[in-house]
Amino acid sequence: MRDDEVPQEGNATLGGQRKAVYARAADGRLHLVSSAGWEVEEIVTRQAVDEFQKLAEAARQRVLAGESSALEFHMYRMRMDLPLLAQATGLWQWRVRRHLRPAVFARLSAGLRCRYAEALGMAPEQLERLP
Amino acid sequence: MTREFVHRQASHCESGAISGLLAHHGLPLSEAMVFGLSSALSFAYLPIVKINGLPLVAYRMPPRFIIKGLQKPLQLKMRFETFRDPASGERRLNELLAAGEVVGMQTSVFWLPYMPQDLRFHFNAHNVLACGRDPQSGDYRLSDPVVEELVNCPAPDLLRARFAKGVLAPKGLLYYPVNRPQAPDWARALPAAMRKTTRIMLDSPLPVIGVGGIRWLARAFERLDADRQAEHARMFVGQVVRMQEEIGTGGAGFRFIYAAFLQESADLLGKPVFGELAERLIDIGDEWREFALATARMIRGRDPLRPALLAARLRALADRETKFFRDLRQAL
Repeated sequence: MRDDEVPQEGNATLGGQRKAVYARAADGRLHLVSSAGWEVEEIVTRQAVDEFQKLAEAARQRVLAGESSALEFHMYRMRMDLPLLAQATGLWQWRVRRHLRPAVFARLSAGLRCRYAEALGMAPEQLERLP
Repeated sequence: MTREFVHRQASHCESGAISGLLAHHGLPLSEAMVFGLSSALSFAYLPIVKINGLPLVAYRMPPRFIIKGLQKPLQLKMRFETFRDPASGERRLNELLAAGEVVGMQTSVFWLPYMPQDLRFHFNAHNVLACGRDPQSGDYRLSDPVVEELVNCPAPDLLRARFAKGVLAPKGLLYYPVNRPQAPDWARALPAAMRKTTRIMLDSPLPVIGVGGIRWLARAFERLDADRQAEHARMFVGQVVRMQEEIGTGGAGFRFIYAAFLQESADLLGKPVFGELAERLIDIGDEWREFALATARMIRGRDPLRPALLAARLRALADRETKFFRDLRQAL
């Protein structure tokens, strides 16, 4: 990649930040050049962001339909999945999966609620609400 | 007596962080030199380690490899500390900062508030340096190697980032040098580091590491069902490019860093052959970029989704890298 090939088309997912990439100067030496972003990166980053949004939205519909607990929505909203939430809380996956059932979630102890809230970085009382 | 820390933006977090730490301790080495000298270039396709349900693809050696690899050539003594509970981890960081130390930390990108929202995924091996603390607000002053300027980070956020759970959990890891690093014996250290990289890329006993890993990944691409499971196939190929470009700097980026290292080595050793090899590696890096571009076009639907075509590109890359590292070995 030459200096003048460093992508500067902008990448919305960088939020206005620029990154440093190596490119070849006229004398053939590699050096760091500031890049405003590459569309390719934007596409693949958006793909991952969108996937979580899609999962969160589907979860929201299930919560509204009474098929799932709000925990599932918050899990995807915080870009986690079942294995990660289980690791973050230190619970078995089957327990977390069980807590995604609305009836079980409603009876959840205060201690477990705190554990989920802590792992998801939110207040325990927000846990059962959808924004 | 505490020296002001100079922040420099780098292309990759770990090599950038170490380069910054070393410069702060009186040994200015470029990011590329740090990366090459620690033999950090690699390729690994790990189908068993899942991140959000998709396999891990790495274009460099695992976290902490760079830091550890530099200890011998630089006669550097690095201290690593991990913590069982967050409170003691925070206390220790404050102690070190109060003593004027600049401290390396492993963090999760997701919990760092200054990161762009769209890049905040649960990736646990992001390296940043703490270089001070604002006495009023209690915010930490961080040098994040991939960010342009020094940033501030509130204490609760940093604590969360340091004690995130999951794959590669940082456990509050702190690291800092405890002696003054020495400039290496270049004539010995550089060839040794290159030889190690050729070994990692060519002779790995595991089929998923090195150039063999690229072929293994190509096979996984060929097995994707683009007709019946198009969504899964798109996520799978996207993940590979994401690892290549977003997290750290990825395949192309790492190849460029290593090429810069080869150029520096050519000068230090007076061997122009490494400069010629650097040229070839830059071309290989460009081909990785073309692979990324072709993949992105398929994800967006600008080209029809044909994972087999991408697999062919991967195989071509594997062949080129095999030849490249064999020639590098010959040149030593």
